[in-house]
Amino acid sequence: MATMTVAKALNAGLRRALEADPKVLLYGEDIGKLGGVFRITEHLQRDFGPERVIDSPLAESGIVGTAVGLALRGYRPVVEIQFDGFVYPAFDQIISQVSRFYFRSHGALKMPMVVRIPYGGGIGAIEHHSESPEAYFAHTPGLKVVTCSNPVDAYWMIQQSIASNNPIIFFEPKRRYHEKGEVDTEIEPMPLFQARVVKPGDDLTLITYGPMVRTCAEAAIAAAEEGHDIEVIDLRSLAPLDMATVIESVHKTGRAIVVHEAALTLGIGAEIAARVQQECFFALQAPVLRVTGYDIPYPPSRVETSFLPDLDRVLDAVDRSMTY
Amino acid sequence: MSDPAVDDFVQLLTPDGERVQHPAFSFEGTDEQIAGYLREMVLARRFDNEATALQRKGELGLWPPSLGQEAAQVGSVNATRLPDFVFPSYREHAVALHLGIDPVEMLTTFRGTAMVPWNSAEQGLHLYSFVIGTQTLHAVGYAMGLQRDGLNGNDDPAANGAVMVYFGDGATSQGDVNEAFIFAASYTAPVVFFCQNNQYAISEPIALQSKIPLYRRASGFGFPGVRVDGNDVLAVQAVTSWALGRARQGHGPTLIEAYTYRMGAHTTSDDPTKYRSRDETEQWRARDPISRVQSYLLSSGAIDQAWLDALDADCEELAERVREGAVTLPEPHLEDLFDHVVIDPGDVLLEQRDDYLEYEAGFDDHPRDPAGEAVHAEVQEAF
Repeated sequence: MATMTVAKALNAGLRRALEADPKVLLYGEDIGKLGGVFRITEHLQRDFGPERVIDSPLAESGIVGTAVGLALRGYRPVVEIQFDGFVYPAFDQIISQVSRFYFRSHGALKMPMVVRIPYGGGIGAIEHHSESPEAYFAHTPGLKVVTCSNPVDAYWMIQQSIASNNPIIFFEPKRRYHEKGEVDTEIEPMPLFQARVVKPGDDLTLITYGPMVRTCAEAAIAAAEEGHDIEVIDLRSLAPLDMATVIESVHKTGRAIVVHEAALTLGIGAEIAARVQQECFFALQAPVLRVTGYDIPYPPSRVETSFLPDLDRVLDAVDRSMTY
Repeated sequence: MSDPAVDDFVQLLTPDGERVQHPAFSFEGTDEQIAGYLREMVLARRFDNEATALQRKGELGLWPPSLGQEAAQVGSVNATRLPDFVFPSYREHAVALHLGIDPVEMLTTFRGTAMVPWNSAEQGLHLYSFVIGTQTLHAVGYAMGLQRDGLNGNDDPAANGAVMVYFGDGATSQGDVNEAFIFAASYTAPVVFFCQNNQYAISEPIALQSKIPLYRRASGFGFPGVRVDGNDVLAVQAVTSWALGRARQGHGPTLIEAYTYRMGAHTTSDDPTKYRSRDETEQWRARDPISRVQSYLLSSGAIDQAWLDALDADCEELAERVREGAVTLPEPHLEDLFDHVVIDPGDVLLEQRDDYLEYEAGFDDHPRDPAGEAVHAEVQEAF
């Protein structure tokens, strides 16, 4: 057992992946000497050399496009996109190229690539540094999309993603980078694409992921004081969705609320709500609610606390659902 | 030929079939090799004509003709050898044939019976790329992989490899191509950027893409650029051999601008008479890449009419095989396509496949009822 922050757990996971397989390469802007703007790759170039921990020219499409070529040559590139809002120049390469080689080659070409993206708000940043673009990628056939919410998952999920032969978009909740937890580096980790019940409960299911898991766990504790027994599910994987875990929970509780920072319309919450009403129609005692960012571009940081779902907004939705 | 636009290109065989000297480049091969190039070019042209005809008959959804670009493709691909690897755009049919892609298989993409059919790792040819310029970055990454595999810059030339990537004049406006130039230069990646400047990006002339000759752009990125007569198979082979040699030895990228002409349409959906003159096309016809090689080889005595007749017979055989093969390509089944979206598809995807199969099975006892004339008429009226 070791106490680690999410950032340190990612660094340790990357280090272990580099040690385990000489084909693993880290690739991105400022990831070498600087160790990345969030220091996720700190000391890795020092220890594994510039041929494996590669500083790239400043061009996101170039990074992902050349990573494709490295993957075709048998390498396992782990790409760092510096901030969520800077992934869009690489969008064509990810959507039209990375996601489709397996399909276009009828299964002959695998694309073992991980694209790491720090995402989400709550850090007082300027524009383009607080976005939640996960739904774009989850909407794209051929991509798997995962996100960690705590140091244990950060440590294991990054290694599992690197070991996968699928292209994986790996979202890191940047406002949780500095939160600490105990990480057992010897256990058998849970499967990568499986949701986790963070806290069991009988009255209502909060379905969330990434930075909002902690917020929802706090809401569950606060709601308990009012006598509501809330179940919290950390989806962990957004594509594919582990609907079995969600559906089992909602069958039990009869109430569901999806919480994410990304905008409301056509977000992950919309998909969850659609599937829950389809699979749990007779079990539902209230409509599925969503607590999300609003359908506006990410706002100036002085009002981001009003924009982002927080404890009170989640509890407000819990009240509306419980009293429906 | 005096043409100010092309006065600085490398040419070793004139349109009249006369071999000429160039101060920097020479073709080192034999007449027998040249006859091999002629054979490849003629077969590729026949294949291309046949595919165009198949599209006209409605047997292909689309076809991008390679007509007129045979020398650029055959000359360049003949400079490659293992462990080189080739990234095509979508018009490199002569390149694909050279690398052993089955001509009938090649049509599956355009008939809509499969995605991209060949095994790229075995054939040394990556999949066709249809998003313009994207493949240049893949090529640079692959070249970075060759560097890491120790297959570059070795003392033993046979142990070295390089990457060839094809793209067109229109692609040079794409960000990806410019990024590929930058990454290749920064990492001294062993890659040859082979631009077939066929003068048009669909209807847009090269002047809209570039104010300077394309090959000169390379100097701004920090590597050499050469313009070659793209209709001269000997010059193309010589220049490409040099560039691949540089790359294999660890000296980094080269940009080759093969100055050529798209004699056909952009694709079978295009009508080039709307944007270019008959005079222009006729002028380029006089620079045909095949006739000059044939003239040279006949005058040198390397081939004779009997040789050409035999080649003609091979063309007929190829054409027949392509015509018959195209229409008998196996039809795809939607349910099979769910298998290759991701490795280990999740329940959500598998449920969709099962739903589809269940729905389809519903027609087993009740044949599909295609909308009849009456329904069509009603819809027509309603809209």
